[in-house]
Amino acid sequence: MSDLTSLTLKAALDGMAAKSFSAVELTQAHVEAVEAAKALNAFSFPTPDKALEMARASDERRAKGQTGRLEGAPLGIKDLFATEGVQSAAASKILATFRPPYESTVTANLWRDGAVMLGKLNMDEFAMGSSNETSAYGPVVNPWRAEGGNAKLTPGGSSGGSASAVAAELCLGATATDTGGSIRQPAAFTGTVGIKPTYGRCSRWGVVAFASSLDQAGPMARTVEDSAILLTSMCGHDPKDSTSLPVETPDFASFVGKSVKGLRVGIPREYRVDGMPPEIEKLWEQGIAWLKEAGCEIVDVSLPHTKYALPAYYIIAPAEASSNLARYDGMRYGLRVEGQNLTDTYEKTRAEGFGNEVKRRILIGTYVLSAGYYDAYYLKALKVRRRIADDFDQAFEKVDALLTPTAPSAAFALGDKSDDPVAMYLNDIFTVTVNLAGLPGMSVPAGLDANGLPLGLQLIGRALDEGTLFSLGGAIEKAADFKAKPKKWW
Amino acid sequence: MAIDAATVRKVARLARIAEPEEKLEPLARELSAILSWIEQLGEVDTDGVEPMTTAIHTPLPMRDDVVTEGGDPSRVLGNAPKSKDNFFVVPKVVE
Repeated sequence: MSDLTSLTLKAALDGMAAKSFSAVELTQAHVEAVEAAKALNAFSFPTPDKALEMARASDERRAKGQTGRLEGAPLGIKDLFATEGVQSAAASKILATFRPPYESTVTANLWRDGAVMLGKLNMDEFAMGSSNETSAYGPVVNPWRAEGGNAKLTPGGSSGGSASAVAAELCLGATATDTGGSIRQPAAFTGTVGIKPTYGRCSRWGVVAFASSLDQAGPMARTVEDSAILLTSMCGHDPKDSTSLPVETPDFASFVGKSVKGLRVGIPREYRVDGMPPEIEKLWEQGIAWLKEAGCEIVDVSLPHTKYALPAYYIIAPAEASSNLARYDGMRYGLRVEGQNLTDTYEKTRAEGFGNEVKRRILIGTYVLSAGYYDAYYLKALKVRRRIADDFDQAFEKVDALLTPTAPSAAFALGDKSDDPVAMYLNDIFTVTVNLAGLPGMSVPAGLDANGLPLGLQLIGRALDEGTLFSLGGAIEKAADFKAKPKKWW
Repeated sequence: MAIDAATVRKVARLARIAEPEEKLEPLARELSAILSWIEQLGEVDTDGVEPMTTAIHTPLPMRDDVVTEGGDPSRVLGNAPKSKDNFFVVPKVVE
């Protein structure tokens, strides 16, 4: 049945519509693939029984002529999404036993459209990390290995489980979230497609909060078209999230394959950073050449405050996290470690329940918000954030989209950067600006480096203009003709 | 700006995270390294710049102030570490 798992989402939907196979057959093939891939540690909580039950219900609906947009498609769900009655732990010890009595809006939208849940996907704890090493379940392993080597590589983070599962063909697509690059960097590291939509496109209701002004959900998939199909289902206005935008969701797949002739694509010169591997520089040049051949006009642009985006992010995100994570107090849900009094119980619960990176960020957030430092750090960062957003506004007066590399390197070995927080943070140097400005950003696989590891290109668009990204992403995908797959070792 | 062990102790207390005495020095070094990297923000001229708290340009919507769901204590208490008679049980807070 392995050929059923190597289908694209689109081909699988077409195959079920043509009655070539059933949702149960398709799901069974994926359940077996998940079971056989334990070495990747991509699924933190597989739900095979639920998957088959949902697939049976899907086949029954189809028999009655009721088919949704994702009818019968088996998907993986990042552990950050609340799924009713199914463990939702955000890969944290403090939520290890949490079974939500409600369903997140994004996953509810997927089930409304007929999708099937294969289980919960591993991730960095509370989505804080760029290598998946902060998970309470241990790191996810990238299905890709360097040619001639067998070192375990990171799939990136924080949506590392989503990336690894999609690349290894354990699911047809997956949900993910992106606060500073957590969809796009893992997509680049695993040769998959990932898009973070405009802030407000996807409801945050039922998604465990990290930094509320930056968090957005989005899909990961193996083709641009598949990611468009998934995003169309995930989006939509939700009165339960006050920052959810009251706008119509277009059929994103209709933009894939559209001509990009005449589109103006900006190349921001500040993204040419010191120490960038020549292969990434070369891939970027290649991407520019592809878009020129497709009829785009290439424009040199400047985003002068780019280098300040990461330091601003590492004030804003921890500040919001320190506030959001105050709710984990051991009283209403999650872990409780009894102490001698109330304060002692709080302190012991949180010391025991949070991992080191999460504690580090809570401490930084608490510090920058504390009396005497608020103006110097937090307020300053919010002003720099405005400068960064203004840079984009000015660039988008001249261009329709921007093209950059997604990440400053290919996937690195697990353990390589875990001792140096700042070196780890630099992974998000090209992605984090987009979150600060609230814009859509997409990573498309574009080639392999000398070690045979995938590299991605990033497209950045105007707010609510995901359509242009899907057209440009489709053009890059077609030109790159990226067919490489990881050699199965797991 | 470098922060010392005493500051880490104070911040950890504010954040309600128990940090053992022997971890305060290493944490102070780690946090100082991150903060000194962040210091470069000082180079940016932000005079007269309005702080940006959200990427949403529309005003927050209002909704009717009505109860939409509830009355289901067993679901609400389903994940509680301790509960009794439809209440959360918490440590004593007054003497």
